[in-house]
Amino acid sequence: MPENVAPLSEERMAYLEGLVSQARNAAAVFTQYTQEDVDRIVKRMVLAGLDQAQYLARLAVEETKLGVMEDKAIKNMVATEFVYNYVKDKRTVGAIREDPEHGLVEMAEPIGVIFSLTPITNPTSTVLFKCIMAIKTRNAVIFSPHPNSLHCCAEAVRIMYETAVKHGAPEGVLSCLGAHTMPDNAYLMRHKDVGLIDATGGPGAVKAAYSSGKPALGVGAGNTPVYLEKTADLDMAVVDIITSKTFDNGTICASEQTVAIDDEIYDLVLKKFADLGAHICNEKDTALLGRTVIDPETGVMRPMAVGQKAADIARVVGLSVKPNTKLLITPIRGVGRDHPLSVEKLFPVLAVYRAMSVDDALKVCVDVNRLGGIGHTAVVFSRNDEVIHKFSEAMNAGRIIVNSPGAIGALGGVYNDLVPTFSFGCGTGGGNSTTDNVNVYHYLNIKRVARRAQAHMWFRVPNQIYFNTNAVENLRQFPSRSTLIVTNPALEQMGHVDIVRRSIPPETFVRVCAIPDAEPEFKVVMQGVEALNSYKVDQIVALGGGSVIDAAKIMKLMYESPEADLEELAAPFLDIRKRVAQYPAEKSNRLRMIAISTTSGTGSEVTPFAVLFDKERGRKVTLVDYSLSPDVAIVDPQFVMSMPKGLTADTGIDCLTHALEAGVSTYASPYTDSNAMQAIRLVFKYLPIAYEHPRDEEARSMMHNAACIAALAFSNASVGVNHALAHAFGARFGVAHGRANALMLPHVIAYNASVPTKFRPSPNQRAYVAHKKYAMIADLLGLGGKSIEEKVNNLVTATEQLLDRLEIPRSIAALGISKEEFERAMPDLAKIAFDDPSWQSNPRMPLVSELIELFWSAYHGRSPARDAAAFPQPAEMEVCV
Amino acid sequence: MTTSAAWLKIDGDRVTPALQEALQKLDHAGGEAVLDFTAVRRIDPSAIRELEKLAGFAGGKACKIVLHGVNMDVYKVLKLVKLAPRFSFLS
Repeated sequence: MPENVAPLSEERMAYLEGLVSQARNAAAVFTQYTQEDVDRIVKRMVLAGLDQAQYLARLAVEETKLGVMEDKAIKNMVATEFVYNYVKDKRTVGAIREDPEHGLVEMAEPIGVIFSLTPITNPTSTVLFKCIMAIKTRNAVIFSPHPNSLHCCAEAVRIMYETAVKHGAPEGVLSCLGAHTMPDNAYLMRHKDVGLIDATGGPGAVKAAYSSGKPALGVGAGNTPVYLEKTADLDMAVVDIITSKTFDNGTICASEQTVAIDDEIYDLVLKKFADLGAHICNEKDTALLGRTVIDPETGVMRPMAVGQKAADIARVVGLSVKPNTKLLITPIRGVGRDHPLSVEKLFPVLAVYRAMSVDDALKVCVDVNRLGGIGHTAVVFSRNDEVIHKFSEAMNAGRIIVNSPGAIGALGGVYNDLVPTFSFGCGTGGGNSTTDNVNVYHYLNIKRVARRAQAHMWFRVPNQIYFNTNAVENLRQFPSRSTLIVTNPALEQMGHVDIVRRSIPPETFVRVCAIPDAEPEFKVVMQGVEALNSYKVDQIVALGGGSVIDAAKIMKLMYESPEADLEELAAPFLDIRKRVAQYPAEKSNRLRMIAISTTSGTGSEVTPFAVLFDKERGRKVTLVDYSLSPDVAIVDPQFVMSMPKGLTADTGIDCLTHALEAGVSTYASPYTDSNAMQAIRLVFKYLPIAYEHPRDEEARSMMHNAACIAALAFSNASVGVNHALAHAFGARFGVAHGRANALMLPHVIAYNASVPTKFRPSPNQRAYVAHKKYAMIADLLGLGGKSIEEKVNNLVTATEQLLDRLEIPRSIAALGISKEEFERAMPDLAKIAFDDPSWQSNPRMPLVSELIELFWSAYHGRSPARDAAAFPQPAEMEVCV
Repeated sequence: MTTSAAWLKIDGDRVTPALQEALQKLDHAGGEAVLDFTAVRRIDPSAIRELEKLAGFAGGKACKIVLHGVNMDVYKVLKLVKLAPRFSFLS
């Protein structure tokens, strides 16, 4: 027995339990039915309903004493024929909608047992409508009609049920309470086997449904405002309003209640109403009506008037009207308790208001809308789209009916393509869960089958890359009126700028902007932008290492889009395809950018990255966007022949780190792999030679190519945790980027090759493959090893040997940083490293504790190859690479 | 305690009468019974009532009724009407 329910006799409880039990069994059996089964049954039910439409209408009027038999017959036909027309081709069994493009399928799951309350105003039509919905969706329904419409509703249920069962529906699928009481409703609303309450009725029924704790569709009262605007087709509007407001004597809750009429047409409209059989009340009659048909205590309509004819209401009230009066029109001067007739009136009494402007009309409509009709229906008659739009913005109504009758328009399918219904969702404003015209989809649990989407990948690179010695001569093919060479003083002094100048067409006006050889600060960038502006530059040639090229990229960005907000553009993102910050597409200037690299490491000449140093906050700001990629890259080894040994080593390891991280990145693809693997091979072969024999042209050339090729890989696959660690450490202790990378590299390889503590969502990858990729690299380098673990170990050892050969310190401690100082820095280092976007594409999601562990491993310089237990290796797995 | 197991095939075209017959046989034979549902495509409310009786009978006599070869649709119905826990199932 459910709790908090008024006591029921045992006999009554057994009766209700029996109803629920048979409905539950029927609903369960119904789950076996196919779409064809239910469609066949529904069609037969609809035909039976149509056949009995007039009979049921007569029963309804006789029993309820409300409305007009002829109109109720039409309602019964709408509830069957129009609803059928809507549902007949709808799939409600199995897969109901498919979106192969997005790998989504929606599948229908019946609810089971629905407990349904129906109103006195539209009794049989609502029952017919709900029976059809239930059978179409393979649900069982127990009906609880309004007490004053029990007989006609029971008869409607009987007709539907017998037809359904005759054509194959499970027995017990539709039932109707006989004489019943509130405790019956309360009991059933809380019954554990009832899946949904569908309460169409007054606010009390709706509130009870929502208070039951069960999922409920509660749809309720309206108070439909109408704006009759001066551009409207007045003859059509007047006929529509009379049709609607007198339909079934105004019992449809979507019918018009108060019409705001523009001053310019007010008198004419009232005359048209009068000409067609409406009685225009004077002030005294209006006051009398207001006192009589509206309860002054509660401010709501009196039941005695509901669904009665206008002439009968007039007679009872004591107004003198013509016997065939269709509608009583009552001018009002405002909305609210002081204007009783501004509330909902489910009978043919219509309030009208003279509006002095569009705003005045809209305000009155808003007031009416919010006086008991929020979320329900609103109507506008106008030929002015702007007015219609304004009205629609102002109203809180699930249905805004344009240039058609409110009541029949809201029912759907007659005057418009709204879904045919007899239950109007009023949204949260009306205390409902939906603003829809309730339909079959509200009687279904819709399951969404979402297939794993194949992530769209990309490989974007500058469309022109010139390489090999004297590649700089290709500058000749780029016409320019004014070119700015951005470089640093050292390169200028070395004569590199002159080499570049010689390759630029002689007619080009060339200027040089030498900036400090350090990560660019905003101030430096803006000085460059100033130069670009003053010289009206159309081509920028960046000659230098990563810092110079990055500075030029940001200069170009700020020159082309002066409004760009670097802080916003540097906002973190999880997936570049879905990032919040958008790089400016609108450009006030256009500039060609040519990048000539003078180091063999960063590959900035082809990357979409630029790093800015935020001096105020002591941190690096990384900008990422393909619009930052230079238009042309020149990879000419003549500019790196004189690189110092230390720089050769550091930048070479930076290049190796790029390639290794791109190789195991979660964004790695066959396109990036081919570049990453080739770059790794070139580095292991040529970096030691370039370091030990700086004038070796082949080694220099190959290392220069390797840096660019690695950059092509990481421009598309990104980097990983090694860079996050190196960025944090390098910035804090002023250690060159390449060297900082080198200190972390062996430890990160071992870390990534081990079982992740935590997997991170990575739709691009089907399995954890980092260890296999490292093993593949070991094979490529011919390092030997039988198992994956052995191969990974050999790669770590080979990396360590390479670092030794390049005479790179193998621990942070060896840089002279004390343990105490490092310990003090650790909280900041860990935080900054974790905030660094670089690791977002790392195969292994680093925990902060693991970042700290990696920092300490790098500090002490423990050999991960000899300390294999540091990170447990994954077991052999069958994975796709 | 009896150990004999009756194997009763349920006719897919007349599920309810077949279940009624099964109940009679079980009443006379006692012990464990296997009801072969491999030919049953669907069940209806009357079949559910018979299954409820069978479950009640089995509970009263502390004997076991095994449903063999129940298809997914019918199994789902038995879950929805909460009869599934009262039977054993054999694929």
